Amino acid sequence: MDFLPILSTLRRHRTAATLVVLEIALTCAIVSNAVFLIRERLARMDTPSGVVEEELVRVRLIGIGQTADAAALTAQDLVALRAIPGVKSVASTNQVPFGNSGWNSSVSSIPDDVSGSTTASLYMGTQDLLETWGVRLIAGRDFTPEEYVDADAKDAKVSSAIVTRALAERLFPGQSPLGRTLYLGSDPETIVGVIDELARPNDRNGPESAAYSMVLPLSISYTTGGTYLIRVEPGRGGEVLAAVDATLTKVAANRIFTHLESLTEVRDSYFRKDRSMAYLLIGVSLALLIITALGIVGLASFWVQQRTRQIGIRRALGASRGDILRYFLLENFILATMGIVVGMGLAYALNHWLMDAYAVPRLPATVLPIGAVALWLLGQLAVLAPALRAARISPAIATRSV
Amino acid sequence: MFPYYLDRAWRSLRRDVGLTLLMVVAIGVGVGASMTTLTVLHVLSADPIPEASHQLYAVQLDPRPALGMDPGEEPSDQLTRTDAEALVRAARGKRQAMMSGGSAAIEPQTAGLAPFRVDARWTSADFFPMFRVPFVAGGPWSAADDAANARVVVITRALAEKLFGQIDVVGRSIRVETGDLRIVGVLDSWSVNPHFYDLHQGTYGQSEQLFAPFSTSRELKFGVDGSLDCWENADDPHGLGAPCVWVQFWVELEDAAAADAYRDFLVGYSDDQRKAGRYQRPPNVRLRDVPDWLDVQKVVPSDARLQTWVALGFLFVCLINTVGLLLTKFLRHGAEIGVRRAVGASKRSIFAQLLVEAGLVGVAGGALGLGLAYLGLWAVRQQPTDYAELAHLDLPMLFATIALAVVSSLCAGLLPAWRGCQLTPAIQLKSH
Repeated sequence: MDFLPILSTLRRHRTAATLVVLEIALTCAIVSNAVFLIRERLARMDTPSGVVEEELVRVRLIGIGQTADAAALTAQDLVALRAIPGVKSVASTNQVPFGNSGWNSSVSSIPDDVSGSTTASLYMGTQDLLETWGVRLIAGRDFTPEEYVDADAKDAKVSSAIVTRALAERLFPGQSPLGRTLYLGSDPETIVGVIDELARPNDRNGPESAAYSMVLPLSISYTTGGTYLIRVEPGRGGEVLAAVDATLTKVAANRIFTHLESLTEVRDSYFRKDRSMAYLLIGVSLALLIITALGIVGLASFWVQQRTRQIGIRRALGASRGDILRYFLLENFILATMGIVVGMGLAYALNHWLMDAYAVPRLPATVLPIGAVALWLLGQLAVLAPALRAARISPAIATRSV
Repeated sequence: MFPYYLDRAWRSLRRDVGLTLLMVVAIGVGVGASMTTLTVLHVLSADPIPEASHQLYAVQLDPRPALGMDPGEEPSDQLTRTDAEALVRAARGKRQAMMSGGSAAIEPQTAGLAPFRVDARWTSADFFPMFRVPFVAGGPWSAADDAANARVVVITRALAEKLFGQIDVVGRSIRVETGDLRIVGVLDSWSVNPHFYDLHQGTYGQSEQLFAPFSTSRELKFGVDGSLDCWENADDPHGLGAPCVWVQFWVELEDAAAADAYRDFLVGYSDDQRKAGRYQRPPNVRLRDVPDWLDVQKVVPSDARLQTWVALGFLFVCLINTVGLLLTKFLRHGAEIGVRRAVGASKRSIFAQLLVEAGLVGVAGGALGLGLAYLGLWAVRQQPTDYAELAHLDLPMLFATIALAVVSSLCAGLLPAWRGCQLTPAIQLKSH
């Protein structure tokens, strides 16, 4: 095996060899962490909302001046919207998943809990809300029409709630939440149904509580909730949105309509920062790998050129082309391995610092073999061209004095 | 000697075009990425009001109930309306203003213009002189207007042009929600970034277009935007006496002594409120000037910092790469160095000449990096982030780019140049 001769050669070129190892190590450390961060961001962007986003569009509206009977006007609006061709279902509500601004309340399984340790997002809306969302009840039932209360009424109070599975598990771990009572401050609500998934409008309360949502049967008017949510037949969102403004203006003038968009657009803008961060990290990682590969090419070419005579002598003494090729591939493999070992240590150190400074989770061990294989492959590919050039050196060169 | 070194460096670099290009590209890309992210960071952490940032202070009090108190915890970053109005009345600072974000629906009296909504600010008279707000016509309203709930309004130049097609509109009136407000002043272009005085409305970018007295906004029940935090049920959370914080309060103080005095005043005020039964907690106040405030509020997005670190790490790898390539390059031409040493060049002059060569690579890399930084910032501006349009390279950052490239390539050149000038002339000459 060429192992020992290679080590002794590398020892004579200590500075250059150290530089290559260092470069591979740093690339390994940065790229491992970048790949991990990219995975984190992509996973975040895939957070389920729980609703049929591709069939939902929303419009936000603001009235000018005082409105005499907002509830009646809201009912008229909903009838008019439902009549637009392509509309399946409509509800007036206060917020949408990933819509950014939302209503929160602290919730507890005991009354007047001041610890405020659990906050949940409060969804409320008119009767068709669950059908409009297209959410799945995994236990219990939907609200009955009698349970709905006009949210604008003085002292509006409801006594039932539907919660997400995550919130139910948080409040009543390991127990069936159906029929149990949760408290918003001192107000008791009986849990009548559980839905699988319903994302909050934002995750400012921390990632672990991002799935804590609840629905209250509060019929909300547009002056309080400010949002109409419309479920359309697949592919007809644009067409319906185009008709919304005129339809609602016909019901009543003096209202301003904003945010006419599909929930997929809402999701896109909510996660745009994660997307651009992921793209940036992908770009930097690729650039790093390319730069490192080119650096290896540069240095290997120099070594091949420097050892031309030595290679010629080995060829003249009977080494085959394959032997020469293998020599350079092995040399690179040794350098890459040293780089990867140092790089993994650096990767963990870097991750540790990121955990402190940017609340990044711990680097999973699965990233390591991926990083190692990637850098070995990269090194072998980069060194291939100079190594092939070396293998083509003719034995005659040994006899020539340059 | 310098022109001679430059000439030698140029010839040497031209001899290995591939290697030279590789080094220039590596430095250029590294510097370009670093300067793009550093410029964004520089813009984001800029002082929004440099002429007064150490005289303007954000005030925080702690009116929350004793239940759930955590000693030493940060008080809310907003005040109750009751406290804010009391502090304005006390007038213990050089100037002080209470304020809240809002939104106003405007019904234009011009035919053909549909009603629209603008971001607004409900505040008190000192807001304008305190934050050095420039007027193009008219001026701020007075403290008397505040006291009288006067129907007055200050609008931006852009809004004046939109509504009336001109900026000379002082004395005219506009219909905001249900009230007719008389225009007393028109602002010149004014925007502060970050939007330090109210960070609940997005940190960068947009500013309000309409300003009216806080008192008037409450009387006419104008809409309020921003964060509202109540610790008890409240029928009208924006009413006087409601157990809710939603009002920002700023005070202007001449110097540190005045700030200390004001802090004492706040402690005394909190104590009085507790004795009167309004507060339950012991005095827990904060008084922070603009830089402190921005720091505590963590205004610069952590993603921007992370991106900067990623780019600097990238630049570092590019430099290691350049060190390796320069070393390769210098040693490859060992024979030439041997000849020059043999005919009398000192180690020092070889070292200097090799460094000039590294510096030349840096200058070229800097030029490329500058181009890439412009491209990178252009890409940042295409992003739909709220600070996108702020991302421009200013003159200091332009020089910093070139300096970064040259300094880093000189650093990268140090080791190779040292190794290069250590070559023994005899051996180099013998082997060839």
